[in-house]
Amino acid sequence: MDKIIITVVGKDTLGIIARVTTYLYQNNINILDISQTILDDMFNMMVIADMQNCKKEFGLVSDELQALGVEIGLRVLTQKEEIFTKMHRI
Amino acid sequence: MINLFEVRETNKMIEQELLDVRTITLGISLLDCADSDISRLNGRIYEKITRLGSRLVETGEAISKDFGIPIVNKRVSVTPISLIGAGACRDTEDYVSIARTLDYAAKEIGINFLGGYSALVNKGMTASDRLLIESIPEALASTEMVCSSVNVGSTRTGIDMDAVRLMGGIIRKTAELTADRDSLGCAKLVVFCNAPDDNPFMAGAFHGVTEGDAVINVGVSGPGVVKSALEKVRGESFEVLCETIKKTAFKVTRVGQLVAQEASRRLNVPFGIVDLSLAPTPAIGDSVAEILEQMGLERAGAPGTTAALAILNDQVKKGGVMASSYVGGLSGAFIPVSEDQGMIDAVHEGALTIEKLEAMTCVCSVGLDMIAIPGDTPASTIAGIIADEAAIGMINQKTTAVRLIPVIGKDVGETATFGGLLGYAPILPVNRFSCDAFIGRKGRIPAPIHSFKN
Repeated sequence: MDKIIITVVGKDTLGIIARVTTYLYQNNINILDISQTILDDMFNMMVIADMQNCKKEFGLVSDELQALGVEIGLRVLTQKEEIFTKMHRI
Repeated sequence: MINLFEVRETNKMIEQELLDVRTITLGISLLDCADSDISRLNGRIYEKITRLGSRLVETGEAISKDFGIPIVNKRVSVTPISLIGAGACRDTEDYVSIARTLDYAAKEIGINFLGGYSALVNKGMTASDRLLIESIPEALASTEMVCSSVNVGSTRTGIDMDAVRLMGGIIRKTAELTADRDSLGCAKLVVFCNAPDDNPFMAGAFHGVTEGDAVINVGVSGPGVVKSALEKVRGESFEVLCETIKKTAFKVTRVGQLVAQEASRRLNVPFGIVDLSLAPTPAIGDSVAEILEQMGLERAGAPGTTAALAILNDQVKKGGVMASSYVGGLSGAFIPVSEDQGMIDAVHEGALTIEKLEAMTCVCSVGLDMIAIPGDTPASTIAGIIADEAAIGMINQKTTAVRLIPVIGKDVGETATFGGLLGYAPILPVNRFSCDAFIGRKGRIPAPIHSFKN
């Protein structure tokens, strides 16, 4: 497994989940978990996904998702999962 | 599985609380470069640093991108140069040529500082040590990236007062040679007692002879994160205060552990240590002084400051040690005056004096760091300050250091500006009474009784 975490933050708008998950589908990235909530009036979504079958390098996926974010008008950040598991798990 | 709140907490630390990896430092042994011919020696030093360090910057940037965490500095530390140059250097110019080589190598691989232009003289100075030390002012004036350090004492060996006296003069000379830049040379020179072999932070980093051929050491920085965590526990008991610092330090150090292991894997260099130190920067919100204020002091320097810093330092260690498989370096709280906006403000308002800073060095990890003093401070007084710090380190079995900047042409009330990560510093007054006769005595202070542990 090559787990990544995609965070989407910004003003709620139509089709956010659809557009992000479509990109993942098109790039063979398997979604493991999605959670979404409104915090401080901001849309917050987190996707845990597995990119072991994705043909693109992490850096490119990160850049493309970031660009997608700019298109939709939200901030999309992609990070490898370890930074979170290391910090929040003994 | 990781949940959304945990992700948000981590990213908030990075984006709003200024959590970052302060440095990945690649330590490189130059012992196998030793040669009796100075040109060959310089060639071998350049070749080894550029070969081993060629992918350091790009690796740091790739790790930064993968995890979304800034890795602010990529640096190199080398074997104390007085050991490397001993066979080849006949005069100070030969040593300065090595400094230039280090500078070219640093620029070639794209790092921003290279530490290790150093000598370890805690028991006595060889002729080669002395030559290197005497070359320091010229070396630091004529290079940009080279950092220098001299270890003048240890708990095991005592304090070499001849070296202390010499360093008072060397600091003055370094200040004079860089007088046109507010004596910036002195910001790249540290005098130590009990210097560690594996410190990743500049200017005191060097690759100790006890280390292997190459090593990765990482320094994290999270004063802003600790401060933010403490904002939520105002008025709570000491127990809650300590637990909050400890848990936060755990989280911050875990980032350092991750980055260190990744860098080690990608560069195929053994992982050395994570240095737990809370290292501030001049950026707003990235201040150790502000942590002390959150703990309940009106300003850093007020009564209670030494106690508060003792708590902070201890809890950072307790949390950090659980977070990392190998902890080392300095690992405590840094109190560099020019690199901490809260410290600068405290000095301006008269809350923080050099005497209080000296007390604080008894309980924190660094020493009198990045402190600007009047340009006319005599060499013997500087040596007296070094002797005081060395004594604190020697007796308390801890590392202490002095990075003093006598700003030529400026006095109390004025400011020295160094720029970038080195910040700016208001000039602190120094006690004007003389220690000439004390410092003028020759020889060494013997090791303290409690160092005899066998």
